[in-house]
Order: sequence, then structure tokens, then C-alpha cells
Amino acid sequence: MAEENKYKLSKKDRLNVFWRSQFLQASWNFERMQNIGWAYAMIPALKKMYTTKEDRSLALKRHLEFFNTHPYLAAPVLGVTLTLEEQRAGGKEIDNAAIQGVKIGMMGPLAGVGDPIFWGTLRPVLGAFAASLALSGSWLGPIIFFVAWNIIRMAFLWYTQELGYVQGSNITQNLAGGLMQKLTQGASVLGMFILGVLVPRWTNINFPMVISRVENDPSEMVNFQPAVDAANEGGLSVDMLRGLVQEVQSGLAIEPVEVTTLQNTLDELLPGIAPLILTLACVWLLRKKVSPITIIAALFVLGTIGYVLGILG
Amino acid sequence: MDFISIILVVFVAFLAGMEGILDQFQFHQPIVACTLIGLATGNPTEGLMLGGSLQLIALGWMNIGAAVAPDAALASVASAILVTYHGAGVSEGIALAIPLAIAGQVLTIFIRTLTVGIAHAADRKATEGSFRAVEFYHIGALMIQGLRIAIPAAIILAVSPVVVTDALNAIPEWLTGGLAVAGGMIVAVGYAMVINMMATAKLWLFFALGFALSAIGELNLIAMGIIGVVLALLYLQFAPEFNQGGGGGGNSSNGDPLDDILNDY
Repeated sequence: MAEENKYKLSKKDRLNVFWRSQFLQASWNFERMQNIGWAYAMIPALKKMYTTKEDRSLALKRHLEFFNTHPYLAAPVLGVTLTLEEQRAGGKEIDNAAIQGVKIGMMGPLAGVGDPIFWGTLRPVLGAFAASLALSGSWLGPIIFFVAWNIIRMAFLWYTQELGYVQGSNITQNLAGGLMQKLTQGASVLGMFILGVLVPRWTNINFPMVISRVENDPSEMVNFQPAVDAANEGGLSVDMLRGLVQEVQSGLAIEPVEVTTLQNTLDELLPGIAPLILTLACVWLLRKKVSPITIIAALFVLGTIGYVLGILG
Repeated sequence: MDFISIILVVFVAFLAGMEGILDQFQFHQPIVACTLIGLATGNPTEGLMLGGSLQLIALGWMNIGAAVAPDAALASVASAILVTYHGAGVSEGIALAIPLAIAGQVLTIFIRTLTVGIAHAADRKATEGSFRAVEFYHIGALMIQGLRIAIPAAIILAVSPVVVTDALNAIPEWLTGGLAVAGGMIVAVGYAMVINMMATAKLWLFFALGFALSAIGELNLIAMGIIGVVLALLYLQFAPEFNQGGGGGGNSSNGDPLDDILNDY
């Protein structure tokens, strides 16, 4: 690495690779998955390194092999591969198997890190926050979601690609071993906590089914009659209204009949217990390898039947 | 609706279709796609509301490995057109989004299979050493993914509003009511998908804590986020697996933690 390498990539070249890496999945296919996207991202570098038709053909073939990882975690792998290609073009003995080995060796563990961080925590947390703003009518919802996501994503792509480029294959240990594992765990803690908050707040289940109707004793009720009479005769006073409010605040019943729905009973037991049970049931079904679409369809049927029978509303 | 609006809607649909495969800029996420379609059709508020509701449902829709999730792109674009252009209600839009997501999923699986052919064509061009041809095939495949959403969007736009309104009015009351009820519950499937991916025995503790605290209405999501970040940082400081000594202990560096991640995952 000490001697000058005329194939050294400039910052502009690396920025070009970074920009193209965003299109990694454009031609995602079931055979070799992100293979063309990978080659597409590497092309600015390969162009600089190889000039003859034979060399270019070999380079392209080398980079059209199977590749698939989390689309953002491909960035550090690209960085490492850029370094390897640079050294190879500069005359170092690096064979195809070495480059392929680095790619395959890194993609599995990195996908396992990227999925919980980006799809499991960041997008649900940011999406839920933005959705709550949007549902309250605020335009900040979609704006924050789009801007924050893309700033974080682009910064991540660029800096991890640079990290891979500078550190070479040492990075595998750093990423998969220490820092990334911490990040994954920390993100998962945050994610699970926020999910715990969201489940009862935003799952809407209401059981309007009436369990009991209790006639309230007149002595335990707010007596509105004197005030009504006084108002009709034009003699309503502030003190009378004040008295009524005090009676309400002291806990006297307002309705002549106390209606208790199933929902009231559940809320007294534990607020949000129905959404909790529903969510846990879904997790259980997912672990039994029931597909999400099947669960969603079943919930549609359940919801409609419950609605028609008056249990759900 | 004027010509410019139609072009804008189809353009947003095209962006969403491309993002449905790229998963980078997130134009396919309901909160972005529905809002943009709402802006293009001149009913931004409905678009915003629909986007917020659908976003909650689609929280857990993610492509992991080679598995293809329900398609947020077609669900958001098509139901946003129905709501903001054809005048369907937001709750009807939510109910319609689910079958649309499945239709979109089928479409993208079809195109991802079709792209195998493109990959082989790219191989042949690679033998000739032609960078340009490989780039052409790559971007071509992306265009097809864009059209996957843009064409259905154009078709839905072209349907006469009267037909759409009649079809929506023909849905009986018990079904719309039932779908609205179900829509409130479907959110739970998205949460369950995320939980299923992340949950380990230790992490359930934090879920339980979040659930208990959620009853306190004064703590809004920002406050909850602060609590969550504090918990995460505390966890990283005190958890034994991160405190094996920074002196470079051989066993902590490479194999084991990595296996753990994969196993959990």
C-alpha cells in the first residue's frame, strides 16, 4: 500500500459510487438478487482501473456474481471492495476468490444488523411519530419523515462506505463484532419500548357490548331539577350552577342509569389489554409461520362478524 | 381534473414504483406517497390523513432477504387516488389498501422473476466488456418497476368517477362498518411483524415497560422517545455482554456475538 498507485480513487469517484449504490436494488431478481446493482455501483471505479475490453469483461463478470444484503449495509462492503480492486489494479496479488470471499463473508452478518436497525426500529419509530403528526393535521409529519430518513440514510451510506474504503477488510470485525452489535442492541431496546407504547395507543378495538345497566339511587345523583326550574322561571343564579358543579366533582352520578360496556370493564382491569392480547396473538401466529396476509384477512372476517353481532364497534 | 394534475399523479406513482424496489428515498411509504398524490389532485388534507392511517398499518411491511412484503407502493398510490380524486372516504381507502397491497406484491414478484432474464442479457453484454449496456439493463429494470405502479394508477385515474362512486355506494353498510372495525385492528399485525423480528427474552422487558407507561397520556411520543433512548443507553452501559473488558478479549471480538445476532434474528 506504500507505493503510489495511479489507480487510486479520488473522492469524486467514491462519491459517484455512493450515488449509484442507492440504485442497488433496481434490477433485483430471484436468481442473483442485487448482482447487476452491485456491478452498476462499481462501474465508475472499474472504468478508471481497467481500459482494455478483456480486463473490463473480466471485471464485470467478477462483479455480476450473486450478492444480497440489506440495501444500506452494502455500503461498507462496497468500500472494502473498492480498496481491494484498487490494490489489484495496482498489481497486487488478489484473486477473484478473495474478492468474492469478502463480499459473501460480509453480506450475511451485515444484513442481520441492518434489518433490525433500519426496518425494525428507525422506520417504525419515525413512521409512527410522523403518522401521529399527520393524523393531527400537521404537514410536518410527512416532511419530517422524508427529510430525517434521507439525511440519516445518506450519511450512513457515505460514511460506512468511506469506513470500508479506509479500513479495508479489518472492518468486518469492527462492524459485525463491536460497534454494530451495540447499535443493534440499543436500537432494539428503543424499538421494543416504543412498540410497547404504541400497541395500546393506536390499535383501535372497542367492545360496545353492554354488560350491565344499574339504576342509580336518586340520592347518589346530581339533582338538576331545581336549576332547570329556576332557569325556566328566569331565576337561575350563579350559586346554583356552582353547587351543581360541586356535586359533579364530588362524584355523584350524572346519568339515571349506569351503563357498563365490556370495554369499560376491560379498561378497569388494565388499560389497553385488548390491543395487547391481539398483538401477542399475532406474534404467536407469525412464529407458527402463518403469513401476515392470512392474519390480516382473518382480522377482516373477525371484525366484520364482530361488528354485525354488535360485539365490536 | 386538468392535464398537469394527471401527469403529476402518474409521476408520483412512477416514483413510488421505483422506490418499492429500491427502498431508499421512501417515496413508496404511505405517509409520503398519499400526501404527494393528495397535493397533485388538490385534496391534500385527505391525502395526509390517509397517509397517516396507512403508515401505521404498513409499519411492519419490510423486505427481508429474498422475502417480499405486502406492497406499500400500490396500496398507497391506488387508494390515495380513490380517496383524493374519486372521493372515497378515508376508511374505505384503508380497507381497499389491503387487497391492493397483495396485488402489488404479486406484481413485484412477477417482475423480479422477469428480471432474471435481464440479468442473463446483462451477462452477455458483460462478456463484451460493455459498461454502458449493463447500465442500460439495470436502469431498464428500474423503469419496469416504476411502470408497475404508474400503469395501474393511470387506469384508476381514467375510470369515470361515477362508476367509482356507484361501486362504493353499492357496498353494504355492514361491510363498510366491519371493515372500519377491522382497520383498527390490522395495525396490530404490523406491530407484531416488527416485534417478531426483534424480540428476544431480554427485550420483552422493555416492551412491557412501554406498555405500562403508555397509559399515562401526558407523556407524548417525544417524551417516550427520550425515555426509550435513555433506557437504550443505560442498557448498553450495564448489560454484561458489553462489559467484558475493553482490553481486546479474544472471545468477545469475532464469532460469538455475531452468531447471537443471527440466531436471534
